[in-house]
Amino acid sequence: MRDIRDMRDTNEVIRLENVSRVFATDPPVYALAKVSLVIRHGDYVAIVGPSGSGKSTLLNTLGLLDRPTSGSYLLDGIETTALKDKERTWLRGSRIGFVYQSFHLLAQRTVVENVMLAEVYGGRDRRHRRNRAIEALERVGMGHRVKFLPNRLSGGERQRVAIARAMMGTPSLLLCDEPTGNLDTRNTDAVLDLFDTLRDQGMTLVVITHEDQVSERAQRRVSISDGILTEEH
Amino acid sequence: MPPHRRLLHRRPSLRRPSLRRSSLRRLPRVSGRGRASRMDMRDLWAESLAGVLARPVRSALTTLGTVLGITTLVITMGIAATAGNQIVGRFDELTATTISVDVPANRDPLVTWEAAAELTRLRGVTSAAALAQTAKSAALTVRANNLVDPTAVSEQSMNVLAATPELPTAAKGRMIQGRFFDAGHDRRGDRVAVLGEQAAKLLKITALENAPAVFIKGRAYTVIGILGDLRREEVLGASVIVPRSVGADFDVHHVSRVLINTTLGAADMIAKQVPTALSPNRAAELHIAAPPSPKRAREGVESDVNGLFLILGLVSLVVGAVGIANVTLVTVMERIAEIGLRRSLGAARRHIAAQFLLESTLIGLTGGVIGTSVGVVAVVAVSAARQWTPVLDVQLALAAPVVGAVVGLLAGLYPALRAARMEPVDALR
Repeated sequence: MRDIRDMRDTNEVIRLENVSRVFATDPPVYALAKVSLVIRHGDYVAIVGPSGSGKSTLLNTLGLLDRPTSGSYLLDGIETTALKDKERTWLRGSRIGFVYQSFHLLAQRTVVENVMLAEVYGGRDRRHRRNRAIEALERVGMGHRVKFLPNRLSGGERQRVAIARAMMGTPSLLLCDEPTGNLDTRNTDAVLDLFDTLRDQGMTLVVITHEDQVSERAQRRVSISDGILTEEH
Repeated sequence: MPPHRRLLHRRPSLRRPSLRRSSLRRLPRVSGRGRASRMDMRDLWAESLAGVLARPVRSALTTLGTVLGITTLVITMGIAATAGNQIVGRFDELTATTISVDVPANRDPLVTWEAAAELTRLRGVTSAAALAQTAKSAALTVRANNLVDPTAVSEQSMNVLAATPELPTAAKGRMIQGRFFDAGHDRRGDRVAVLGEQAAKLLKITALENAPAVFIKGRAYTVIGILGDLRREEVLGASVIVPRSVGADFDVHHVSRVLINTTLGAADMIAKQVPTALSPNRAAELHIAAPPSPKRAREGVESDVNGLFLILGLVSLVVGAVGIANVTLVTVMERIAEIGLRRSLGAARRHIAAQFLLESTLIGLTGGVIGTSVGVVAVVAVSAARQWTPVLDVQLALAAPVVGAVVGLLAGLYPALRAARMEPVDALR
């Protein structure tokens, strides 16, 4: 059954409403305090903030890796807070592409095998998986490194492979956690150029960063501090 | 090419509208309810195999534990079966060639002394001897001297029996000292005696140079030999044996038992012929003790030997399992980031658990296959070196790799559970 709220704005990818996340330590930590945020299809949003500001909690919440204490989170119009663990896992696998600071590539698997990994849990037909992975690699300009092992690639190349893997499952959202944190200026530029290209092609991007060089390229900047979100214009 | 196909062929955009766009298109909105990640079995196999092969040296070393366990198990069970077969083979050689005939006590002789001596004329009989004893002669007082010494026990109650001169051969014994009596002693009625080994010890007769005598019912009998190393009729070892003509001194006249040895394989046939040969008129009254079934003896020996070795093999297998569990646990800890990544790619907890379980099972199975192979080769090699016939249960050779896999599966349970329980947030940190 479709939720009636699905109909409100079919362009919304993310809708956070009064989302709070409290860690039951002593004293309790309010990592997110009544956060509301709407991200539409094709948005390129940078989330900035110092460490300990609630950035990671926000990312984990958006990535369905963490459950908010209260409030509602709609991903692609689907209310996620009431879903069971395995339903959230499925949603995460099918709708969200993750890009990490440390790439998280499997060192013993070739570039194309690393990208193919993204389809292992989706239940998608195995046929042509390799071709789809090569296609994704070509889109990030890594078509010539298909059979390389990750340790023979530069940092920038590794991150592009990771982006190809994140794009593999045709996600609604690309969630990037400090994607340029381990890269030099030249490679950072290359990755940011790639983000621009993806945005132009209609991809929704959320990038968590503390680097101005990165956040300046985004079309929206949201800063977070002590669990409170402020949209910058 | 049919017309509609041709149309599609000419306009590829209809068939696959803009490749690049298609992969970016947004999925139709659906409810998340009741949806779950799925994993193809082939993917599970591929991922597990890649996981094992990603660290080949470690996997090989981990496998070693199971290899040792299974090898020990197969070798011990194989050698046990082979050795057991060999031991029983020796038993067979002895038991399958011996026949004894019990002659019930009777006023008239059922079996004559001559009939027993003539048994060797049957084809397949290698030796035969007749014994005679009565209930009374089985417990006669025997003394080593004729003196009455109240401070020492000088008399013994012993079995005295009369026998034909072929007895040492028929009882598969050996003259430890002196000689056995012959037909001449018998014919002349010489009062000579041969002692069994234990009987000689009891009577404290150790040397025959001075021609010692034993006293039975107050009469002296010269000891001319000591019989020992009996491989059948061990009871003779504690007996005093005299010629049949001397047996009359103790009212022993009639044959009470006949010992027969046959060539290998002839026992069954001879056992059928013997009664008629010994006592043509009253054959049915004789009790023939034919060789026991060798099969039961073999099973008995095998279970004794196997029980002990089986424990050894199982202990080494447990050690192997602990090794797998340990290394798998370390591997899980090392692959925390990979687990987190897989979870973020949509892997459910059961997918993570299944992968680690399958990995440890594969390691166990590999160990089982290698261990079985090494074990079988070892059993054959040992058998060849000792010129034995290798005996190995086919079911064991097939079951051993399965045992290895089960060991791997059990060893992987806890690590797999640990991996599955890991929260993706913690795993990615």
